[in-house]
Amino acid sequence: MTDTGSRWRAVTGHRLFWPVAVLVVMLAANTIYRPGFLSVEVNDGHLYGTPIDILRLSAPLILVALGMTVVISTGGIDLSVGSVCAISGALACSYISQQPDQNSLAVVFTALALGFGIALVLGAWNGVLVAVIGIQPIIATLILMVAGRGLAQLITEGQIITINSEPYRAIGLGHVLTLPLAVFIALAAALLVAAFTRRTALGMIIESVGGNSVASRLAGIRSGRVVFLAYVLSAACAAVAGFMITANVSSADGNAAGLWIELDAILAVVIGGTALAGGRFYLSGTILGALIIQTLTTSVYAMNISPQTSLLFKAVVVIAVCLIQAPAFRARLTRRRRGTPTNPTSPPSQARQKEEVPA
Amino acid sequence: MTESRPVLTMTGISKSFPGVRALQHVDFRLFPGEVHALMGENGAGKSTLIKVLTGVYDTDEGTVTLAGETVSFAGPMQATAAGVSTVYQEVNLCTNLSVAENIFIGREPRRLGAVRWGEVRRRARELLARLELDLDVSAPLGSYSLAVQQMVAIARAIDVRARVLILDEPTSSLDAGEVAQLFRIMRQLRDEGIAILFVTHFLDQVYAVADRITVLRNGQLVGEYPSADLPQLTLVEKMIGKELEVLEDIEEQPRREIATLEEGTPLVGVSKLGRSGAVEPFSLTIHAGEVVGLAGLLGSGRTEVARLLFGADRPDRGEVAVDGRPSGLRTPAQAIGHGIGFCSENRRAEGIVADLSVRENMILAMQAARGWLRPIPRRRQDELVERYVKALQIRPADPEVPVRNLSGGNQQKVLLARWLITEPRLLILDEPTRGIDIGAKTEIQKLVAQLSDGGMAVLFISAELEEVLRLSHKVAVMRDRRMVAQLANDDSLDADRVMQTIASGSPREEAKR
Repeated sequence: MTDTGSRWRAVTGHRLFWPVAVLVVMLAANTIYRPGFLSVEVNDGHLYGTPIDILRLSAPLILVALGMTVVISTGGIDLSVGSVCAISGALACSYISQQPDQNSLAVVFTALALGFGIALVLGAWNGVLVAVIGIQPIIATLILMVAGRGLAQLITEGQIITINSEPYRAIGLGHVLTLPLAVFIALAAALLVAAFTRRTALGMIIESVGGNSVASRLAGIRSGRVVFLAYVLSAACAAVAGFMITANVSSADGNAAGLWIELDAILAVVIGGTALAGGRFYLSGTILGALIIQTLTTSVYAMNISPQTSLLFKAVVVIAVCLIQAPAFRARLTRRRRGTPTNPTSPPSQARQKEEVPA
Repeated sequence: MTESRPVLTMTGISKSFPGVRALQHVDFRLFPGEVHALMGENGAGKSTLIKVLTGVYDTDEGTVTLAGETVSFAGPMQATAAGVSTVYQEVNLCTNLSVAENIFIGREPRRLGAVRWGEVRRRARELLARLELDLDVSAPLGSYSLAVQQMVAIARAIDVRARVLILDEPTSSLDAGEVAQLFRIMRQLRDEGIAILFVTHFLDQVYAVADRITVLRNGQLVGEYPSADLPQLTLVEKMIGKELEVLEDIEEQPRREIATLEEGTPLVGVSKLGRSGAVEPFSLTIHAGEVVGLAGLLGSGRTEVARLLFGADRPDRGEVAVDGRPSGLRTPAQAIGHGIGFCSENRRAEGIVADLSVRENMILAMQAARGWLRPIPRRRQDELVERYVKALQIRPADPEVPVRNLSGGNQQKVLLARWLITEPRLLILDEPTRGIDIGAKTEIQKLVAQLSDGGMAVLFISAELEEVLRLSHKVAVMRDRRMVAQLANDDSLDADRVMQTIASGSPREEAKR
């Protein structure tokens, strides 16, 4: 086998290969359909264009998905992130709306601190239910998913709170160095979560707990603390996403803010290669997954697919993405394409490729 | 044994995994009506060969023929349908389902899509009667002992008119009586013309039941021999590829006097520690540098003692003192804080974290003790891991391979390394040599002797009395969840005396021996 052949295998074997390939195909399809899709123009010192929009709009999903990745890695799941988005956004907006000077930086920072603080409390609530009381994560977080919407309505008193605060609006729509501020916030959050998990031993310990909780306990890991921390982290990420979502429209809607974002986030995590059963997690994969989902949403609008059927379209694409990533499915496809399994060329080439791996 | 045509031949089988060449041009054949033992150390390729045969893995090279036809199974289901059934070491059945459901799950007799439960139960009863087992087929499988579960797994395997029955370490969790029962069934099936492939680590069992032996070493075929022509010692030499001297080394070491060992404050003093339903209150002292053996039958409470001592289970009475001071020990993390380590007998479920690499598995306990905020610097990790990979001869020697790719014996060594890295003062080893080959076994025994010379205390739990006697300074005997005796391991102590203690007052157990 040639050297390029083995290199090609090394590339396709990389776990980020398929998510990247899907993203590229999606962008290419859009460009063919609408040649101006990838064009970016400078206007007023800021960059504008569909790619920039995709980056900006995917920022909240990236945030939520980062937290979700860590929770899923422990073997859990957090269904309450959408509600946490709504509650944090609602609290921040309702505080700002009651202040005389909505443009004051101090007011906005206080509002953010309030929203962030309540998210930490909510995350701790989830953490206690799962790690201390021992309720199954899907049930434990379902409580807050449902009750949280009520809590958000309570904060907004059933109204849609509209605010008029430039600094707050900037979280969603502001620009820094020609790019949307939201992109930088998402990037910073990603780096922070990566540092938090990979610069410390937290990541490995989480993966260990998610991979085999019994063995981890016997190795001396206090898994309760780790799991608790994961839910707090997830809620904190959701809070920031909630600020962005409400800042985008300068209003807080307890019902609509962050609705179904938990499902998109779970999808992003799975597309990124983290197993729902827990264990190894991949933050870079998750970010790619979130970008894929946002690109898909944007494509649905760009291709004028009717909103009634857009969810169906999205579902079909997501199933395809998940299937193409599954090694078992790909193996079946290639086997069928090669014809009979006793094809003389295939087994020796496989064998030689394996032998190249240093023993 | 019938010298007819082989029912199964495997020719030139090769299989590689990333970083591991598991099989290289291995030939194997199996005749109808014989029990054929597949022998080899851990990592020799026994499991891989079986998995290639049953279609769990694809082969890289080589052919498999069944009754003269070339076959290539896409998975165990296809293999079973073609008459090649496997019973694995760990019983892969659902303990929450009934015995009958377990036997027929996946191929229930149906009429118009509905399962015919009456038929299921009737046929299950027939099958079990053939194996001379009298069970309530409607009772949940979990209500029976592990041995009976194993028999049910065999019943499931032979139902599909099996021509080849593969038994992968079926005896590793059975006691002597149960093994005899299993062998009776194996001979019966052999006489019915079924070809049985038998994998075990117990040499005596091979000679008790096998007609022919195939030996593998390092993924290569050493040879195929009629068992009558292969003395036990030669077999061992062929398996490990060198002559056996290691064991004698340990025996020849002057054994330090227990009286001098037991001077001063014990490292760990257990007083009246117990947990209802698990083990009656027991007291035990362990001194630095002392190896305490724990003997007893399966289910006699050996593991429960270890788990209480380590805080894996919460004791409901009694106290553990460390260095003479009450420790208030209640969790594994606290135990580790006191310098206690525990290697569970259940490697897969309670030991390794399969997804993580060899390196991560090794440093896990040390990292847990430091807390997540103080990661072990990567260079230090690499140093530690390299040292123990070398010292314990872990293969493959690549620390970044996921630990699940390692053979059972090497996984056991990784777990040992995990605890040795924490430099424990007391290491609890629960069946550290079970299900691993003779080479790794002697290495681990040697290691235990070395560690105790270096001042580490070891609580050594094993079903093999010879092993316990060879290593221990003191033997505690468990019987029916009670610690019935503590015997100093001096010249007067031998396997017979320990066995008598285990059996004392129980004529049933005595009869079995």
